[in-house]
Amino acid sequence: MTTGWQIATVEAVKTETDRAKTFVLSAPGISRFRPGQHIDIRLTAPDGYQAQRSYSIASPPEDSGVLEVTVELIEDGEVSPYFHEVVRAGDQFEIRGPIGGPFTWQSTEGGPLLLIAGGSGIVPLMSMLRHRSASSAFNIPVLLLYSSRSLDDVIYREELESMAAQDDHLQVDFTLTRQRPDGWSGYERRVDDEMLGEVIEKLGAPRLSYVCGPTAFVESVASALVERGLEADSIRTERFGPSGT
Amino acid sequence: MLSRGFFGKKRPEASRPVPPGQYLEDGFPVLSAGPTPRVDLATWDLTFESDGEVLGKWDWEQLKSLPATDMHVDLHCVTKWSKHDTDWRGVSIDDLFEAAGITDPPGDYVMAYSDGGYTTNLPTEDLLDGKALIAYEYDGEPLEPAHGGPVRLFVPHLYLWKSAKWIRGLRFMEQDAPGFWEAYGYHMYGDPWKEQRYIGD
Ligand SMILES: Cc1cc2nc3c(=O)[nH]c(=O)nc-3n(C[C@H](O)[C@H](O)[C@H](O)COP(=O)(O)OP(=O)(O)OC[C@H]3O[C@@H](n4cnc5c(N)ncnc54)[C@H](O)[C@@H]3O)c2cc1C
Repeated sequence: MTTGWQIATVEAVKTETDRAKTFVLSAPGISRFRPGQHIDIRLTAPDGYQAQRSYSIASPPEDSGVLEVTVELIEDGEVSPYFHEVVRAGDQFEIRGPIGGPFTWQSTEGGPLLLIAGGSGIVPLMSMLRHRSASSAFNIPVLLLYSSRSLDDVIYREELESMAAQDDHLQVDFTLTRQRPDGWSGYERRVDDEMLGEVIEKLGAPRLSYVCGPTAFVESVASALVERGLEADSIRTERFGPSGT
Repeated sequence: MLSRGFFGKKRPEASRPVPPGQYLEDGFPVLSAGPTPRVDLATWDLTFESDGEVLGKWDWEQLKSLPATDMHVDLHCVTKWSKHDTDWRGVSIDDLFEAAGITDPPGDYVMAYSDGGYTTNLPTEDLLDGKALIAYEYDGEPLEPAHGGPVRLFVPHLYLWKSAKWIRGLRFMEQDAPGFWEAYGYHMYGDPWKEQRYIGD
């Protein structure tokens, strides 16, 4: 883990959805990270006031010299609206990292792997999926269950769909909790025990499960997995925020 | 370095400052590495030990029969939020020492351990003189599982990861050793006012 603050430069900004943007950062001083880890970002105002927040790394460690973060807009927030409304290519700010404990996965750890995301909780799981592809670990079975409000809110949708289309061992299931397009054939409710039963049946007993999203989402999904009989220490969690979706 | 166009959000003036890098939160976020364990008070107990020797052991009824101590304090989590004016009740480590007849601290450091395998290390002196509780109530209610209930260690002058949730015991040690987060590079001591988040801070 690197600890000092260093300067990152924004190389590019990508619009993922109406409420999510990706920032490509060049940060030469950041040492190799493990998928699932995050960086801390520190912003400084002219009066000396500083704000710090954590953002998961979205890109795989195989991308050298750059890393990507994806920030979801929290309307009444302090830092995420700044990223959405102000930050552009060429801007610089301070970051430190990589940081993170057990919420990491590398292809050497194998599978089957159950990934469950709520909203922007997809970000660190995307780093794991991209790393699995970049390290050609296509034989490791993975199932991603990803809960969003609507299809338009699904971050990385095209990339996820094309990854799954080309990969016999990767399954991606979406559930849309608020709005569905006509003819939607995926799930249309919050993640519940029955849904977890179905995806585990499709995947086969997971050796490792990763659950990421708002606190309430992670609490309910992780508890349901334990009640289904998965070993508590095979379930790794990252809780992003205080409120539920 | 200045961040172009960043002014910070005008927040209601806090009655007192928060530690560096922290922001004030009204809610009560949760940080844990895995699922929230369900602890059964019927079989729960708390052990103080040193060199494999049991110095004190209490079940739930015994813990509850010891004098309760209240704390009105501010909380600081390493994930950047602080929360002012929270109320906690539990049994102070001083009172547990007295109940167990421990007069001299059995070691300069402690490894707190929990259901679910969590551990965290602290200097013993940071648990004494009213600085720490074995806590079972938050805001007048039984402590919720997600916040470490039914019983957690509570050491509010350090970052909250030092307040081991789902506590089962304290193992006294002569020398400091890293616990769960500390082994991942988090700070051995964790003073929020010195912003000791990670090793080297
Ligand atoms: C380890 C870790 C990794 C994270 N990774 C990411 C990531 O990859 N992408 C990302 O977008 N965010 C991520 N977050 C959340 C991020 O750190 C910020 O909390 C988030 O961007 C909100 O900051 P803000 O300053 O805009 O809002 P704040 O000013 O902090 O909060 C404004 C209001 O919104 C509420 N709020 C704060 N966070 C959330 C939330 N996540 N959902 C709903 N309400 C909230 C607060 O309670 C408050 O009422 C991560 C958090 C952690 C702890």
